[in-house]
Amino acid sequence: MSNNSLKRTWNWIDNRIGFTDYIVPLMVHLVPDNARWWYIFGSATLCAFIVQVVTGIGLAMAYVPGGEDTYESLKYITDIAPLGSLVRGMHYYGASAMVMLAVIHMVQVFMHATYKYPREMNWMSGVVLLFVVLGMAFTGQLLRWDANGVWSVTVAAEMAGRTPYIGPTLAHFMLGGETVGGSTITRFFAMHVFIMPAIIIAGIGLHMLLIMRHGISEMPDVNEPIDPDTYKEAYEERIQKTGVPFWPVAMWRDVLFSTLIVGVIMACSIFLGPPALDPPPNPSSINANPLPDWYFLWYFAVLSLLPPQLETWVILGVPVVGFIVLFFLPLISNKGHRAPSKRPWAGGAVIFISMAFIVLTIYGYKKPWSPDFDVKELPASVVGTDKGPLAEGAKLMHIKGCLYCHDIGGYGGHRGPELTEIGKLLTRDDIIIRINNGGHNMPAFASSMSSVELNLIVDFLLTRGVTPEEDVPKNPTQ
Amino acid sequence: MNNQPPQQSDKPCCQHPRRTFLTRLSIGLSAVIGLVITLPVIGYVLAPIFKKPKEKWRAVGKLEDFKVGGFVLVQYEDPSPVAWAGVTATAGAWLRRVSETEFIAFSINCRHLGCPVRWVDDPKLFMCPCHGGVYYEDGTVAAGPPPEPLQKITVRVRNGQVEVQTIPTPLTLTTLT
Repeated sequence: MSNNSLKRTWNWIDNRIGFTDYIVPLMVHLVPDNARWWYIFGSATLCAFIVQVVTGIGLAMAYVPGGEDTYESLKYITDIAPLGSLVRGMHYYGASAMVMLAVIHMVQVFMHATYKYPREMNWMSGVVLLFVVLGMAFTGQLLRWDANGVWSVTVAAEMAGRTPYIGPTLAHFMLGGETVGGSTITRFFAMHVFIMPAIIIAGIGLHMLLIMRHGISEMPDVNEPIDPDTYKEAYEERIQKTGVPFWPVAMWRDVLFSTLIVGVIMACSIFLGPPALDPPPNPSSINANPLPDWYFLWYFAVLSLLPPQLETWVILGVPVVGFIVLFFLPLISNKGHRAPSKRPWAGGAVIFISMAFIVLTIYGYKKPWSPDFDVKELPASVVGTDKGPLAEGAKLMHIKGCLYCHDIGGYGGHRGPELTEIGKLLTRDDIIIRINNGGHNMPAFASSMSSVELNLIVDFLLTRGVTPEEDVPKNPTQ
Repeated sequence: MNNQPPQQSDKPCCQHPRRTFLTRLSIGLSAVIGLVITLPVIGYVLAPIFKKPKEKWRAVGKLEDFKVGGFVLVQYEDPSPVAWAGVTATAGAWLRRVSETEFIAFSINCRHLGCPVRWVDDPKLFMCPCHGGVYYEDGTVAAGPPPEPLQKITVRVRNGQVEVQTIPTPLTLTTLT
């Protein structure tokens, strides 16, 4: 076909679909010339969403939402289907990328106060999108229908069940019945594949429409606080004078960064592979170690560290108050300074929340509040001997579960205080009272331990932290 | 044909009410279409909430299989499995033969947030791997965040079979204090 006829064909199509009339103006709309690398995160989030849609459709071709078959279909996708492991991995890392980028995008917009007049609704639609994305991440974790998935549903239903008045109704709605089972997985599948993506696509549409309507914001200028009375005219004037066309002057950065993101998702998927599947989803199997995906670990840690009387308030309050505060933020403050240097509280809040997130996530991984079921017996190097009453006492520390919670010389859990030097700190009577009666967060062992066992354990504990010369119990066992 | 735009003032009596009527008719019919489509689906989706929890007796083993001593994990089909549930229709309980005639059983769900508790025989404790809840062998809370003792499950012996009465996944439903 000659160039001329190609052009004629294109003109015919363009005349009918209106590409030049409708799409080109959108692509070449003017954006501020100082909108450089700061502005790449929104489009990268969109790109991660596209990765999720495409890989999700691929997974849905083999995924069976229901009971035992779900687990088998996941195994098929992971182990047998050509490129199945890659696609599952991309969907998994794509989800992480999307959550991460959405949050970074939000932090950037917050720090530059782009949510102020006239872009209040850009922010509000973004907050709704963020929460639906978190909903996608959560339901997606359940669709990985292994032991962890089953217990995540149970925990989520328990949390929903604490809502005043409608709690049980909400929990049973979530489960699709009274227990976690076949109707739960189909319910979550419908949410993850139909309802939430529909909301996200509609939300992205609105978000983009608002961007077109109000224009991309400029970088904050300390000398130009936002004044709703004059902002729009001033912006229009400036953008006509100094603006650059989005395509290709600004967009190449977005495309470059998105390429990098897709490359990282692909590389993680190739080199790290999709997350391993736990044992099958049997709600009666107790050998599960329920742990949420990394972006929810901080919340998991919060629930363990809180005093019980605050717990329900936090379980219900954090998501609701978090949403309300974020959603209404631009209505509270929609004018004035945008520059971070003039908004120290905003910077402080971001630093505080980031630190809290990091610290709580590390805690979530370490789980110091949980008994360590896999702890090994104390080695002779720590005990000091491998036979005699001391060794027996050390062995009983393991048998009776003391080591699940107490650390001695680097061996054991972290639920309770470390006992490496306990011989220096407590007397024989103190230790006996603690073991028999229990105490703050320690069970009483009086009914499950004979006096011989108790004495062996106490004799052993009294040697901890005591140097060999003083290693003779002052009050030897009778 | 008259190409002039219709003049409202010409026929105020007829033009305006007709438009108003058609507007209302369109909105009304759209609402009817919307309701006809969504109401059955909403009812269908909400139906599980209104279903009364079923309690059924499920056999978990022969009487002679259970020795007097610590707890054993028993598995049984949950009270209302859907046809496609497969292994996810399984429920579990910690069952203990206390004496020749007496049995006691607990739900495996921690009363904190529902994670599966494990029976550790030597210290005679139930321990939860999630948030550190610990219970004594009578189900009462020994340590950690659970606000309530483990949920008891009714056990009976019938025709040489030990049976447990199925219960829904117990929710703690702690009220705000």
